[in-house]
Amino acid sequence: MSDVLIVAEHRRGEIRDVSYELVTAGRELADATGGDLHLAVVSGDVDEFATRLNLDGVDAIHTVDYGEEFNHDVYAQATCALVDDIDPQFVLMPNSVNGLDYAPAVANRLDLPLVSDAVGMTFDGGLTVTREMYGSKVETTIEVDAERATVTIRGGEWKATDADGDADIAAFDFAPDESAINSTVTGFEEVAGGDVDIADADVLVSVGRGIEDEENIELVEELADALGATLSSSRPIVDNGWLPKNRQVGQSGKVVTPKVYIAVGISGAVQHVAGMKGSETIVAINTDPNAPIFDIADYGVVGDLFEVVPELIDEFQ
Amino acid sequence: MKVLVTVKEVAEVEDDFEIADLDVDPRYLEYDLNEWDEYAVESAVQLAEAADEEVEVVSVTIGPERSEETIRMALAKGVDRAVRVWDDDIEAAEFLDVASKVRLLEAVVAEEDPDIVLSGVQAHDTGFGATGVALADAIGFEWGAVVNALDIEGVLNDGVARVHRELEGGIEELTEIDLPAVLTIQTGINEPRYASLRGIRQAQSKEIAPKTLSDLGLDFSAVESELFLTDMYEPETESDATYFEGDAGEQAAALASALREKGVGAE
Ligand SMILES: Cc1cc2nc3c(=O)[nH]c(=O)nc-3n(C[C@H](O)[C@H](O)[C@H](O)COP(=O)(O)OP(=O)(O)OC[C@H]3O[C@@H](n4cnc5c(N)ncnc54)[C@H](O)[C@@H]3O)c2cc1C
Repeated sequence: MSDVLIVAEHRRGEIRDVSYELVTAGRELADATGGDLHLAVVSGDVDEFATRLNLDGVDAIHTVDYGEEFNHDVYAQATCALVDDIDPQFVLMPNSVNGLDYAPAVANRLDLPLVSDAVGMTFDGGLTVTREMYGSKVETTIEVDAERATVTIRGGEWKATDADGDADIAAFDFAPDESAINSTVTGFEEVAGGDVDIADADVLVSVGRGIEDEENIELVEELADALGATLSSSRPIVDNGWLPKNRQVGQSGKVVTPKVYIAVGISGAVQHVAGMKGSETIVAINTDPNAPIFDIADYGVVGDLFEVVPELIDEFQ
Repeated sequence: MKVLVTVKEVAEVEDDFEIADLDVDPRYLEYDLNEWDEYAVESAVQLAEAADEEVEVVSVTIGPERSEETIRMALAKGVDRAVRVWDDDIEAAEFLDVASKVRLLEAVVAEEDPDIVLSGVQAHDTGFGATGVALADAIGFEWGAVVNALDIEGVLNDGVARVHRELEGGIEELTEIDLPAVLTIQTGINEPRYASLRGIRQAQSKEIAPKTLSDLGLDFSAVESELFLTDMYEPETESDATYFEGDAGEQAAALASALREKGVGAE
């Protein structure tokens, strides 16, 4: 019962990065509990996935050959069945959109506590999880007062494991209760085509909710023009319909890696940062000195964008 | 048909703040309707407006009396009536984890018997992002997380929620979910309306029914969590940013020369 079970994630034939990070997080935890690390691959080309996920530190791989793409009913049932069989102390899943579509159901069904969006974990007789709150403004530690628990881990917080391993790979004997599969994935759609590809730009001026009003968008458009830059944005700007979807940077928008990224009135939420942290140089203009965007910025201006941006436009005209 | 929509009052932290014990000092907190729930409320009201039959929209909130201000906002936008769960035991609970919230909401669902439950993807303050799906499993509903498009006709006429789930990287999953179901609603799915003056007036006379644990047939054990928040701190900044000081003009000038060094603005 000191084992750790991790559930890999894949989509449309590709293993998602967080799976490799789960291996690292799971191995660290299993070292602390003194248990084995089990990895589950559910649906799709499980044999191929199992071969690729046969990584250093994994002791056993369980394949569940049922269905092609992610279906939360299948994942929840398969994970619960594996828990029954393996009897792990901890189950780790990704804090992805799909992870959040089945991990809470697994926790509920197994009557186990769930700590989601973990950014750190330690085990010293009991599990302690580090996670953020209030839009990344504070960090908290959560102590789990239970022998067993489920955790979802944030992507990009643990290093990926790449080195090959020599786990035992076995097909897990699983027949789902099909009468309890009441959702069907009928397809996928790619969104956000259109006139510009912000991923191609060398310089991005990116605007966030600090701009306050649709009519103020003009101001950052002017800045982008003056700098010869392309205009992008955080999510609320697109949600409000002030800019089209193809301008959105982040987890559910585009991943961009320009030479220079200028964040104007953007707080730096994790889902935004996921889309721009690879930029060569990051500039942040924000009134809040504690805004998380400054943690990843190379240049910071603590100030009011309505005062700084006009001055900056002047500098370049 | 009845729609239950979960509404949370979330705390937002001011720019400068202090931590007192295990939470941000309340002096630095402002309260507002959770951003994601605004979109869930709008979806619920749109469902009711599109239906030929009578559709009742009921909101449920776990929160102290203060949260009635937030609940009134939802009532002003078209929610018919509200349930607010709170009492001294809940107030005294150290940490309302997902399982605790689910036990409370499950009891409300048992009383209200909705056909569909809409919640936000996450609450902005705690950010667990898990209550909706855990609730669905507890009450035996189907579910869908991170829904950013919903075919209302399907819900009203076919007993199916045809949704888009917004995955990472600009990909949406098209999914058909049998009702009854819980959908967790993503921002951008619709355009939340502003409350009209008439709506605000009407909201004053709409019911906000307070419920205690015992009203719901529960006792304090329902809010006994296995998770304990034992520390809260400002993360050590990993920032090695160069900050430009001075007034806006000086800051802009310094930033401009840094940008020029990176080749920005060169024709
Ligand atoms: C599943 C999921 C997917 C998501 N995907 C994305 C995504 O792809 N992209 C994305 O961006 N977000 C995404 N989000 C949303 C994300 O969590 C945040 O809500 C969002 O990034 C916040 O945008 P913002 O920084 O513009 O707004 P806020 O967080 O509101 O920040 C506004 C900032 O402006 C500053 N400000 C205010 N006034 C001024 C002024 N006058 N001058 C200077 N600064 C000022 C404030 O100090 C604040 O820091 C996603 C969320 C979820 C749950």
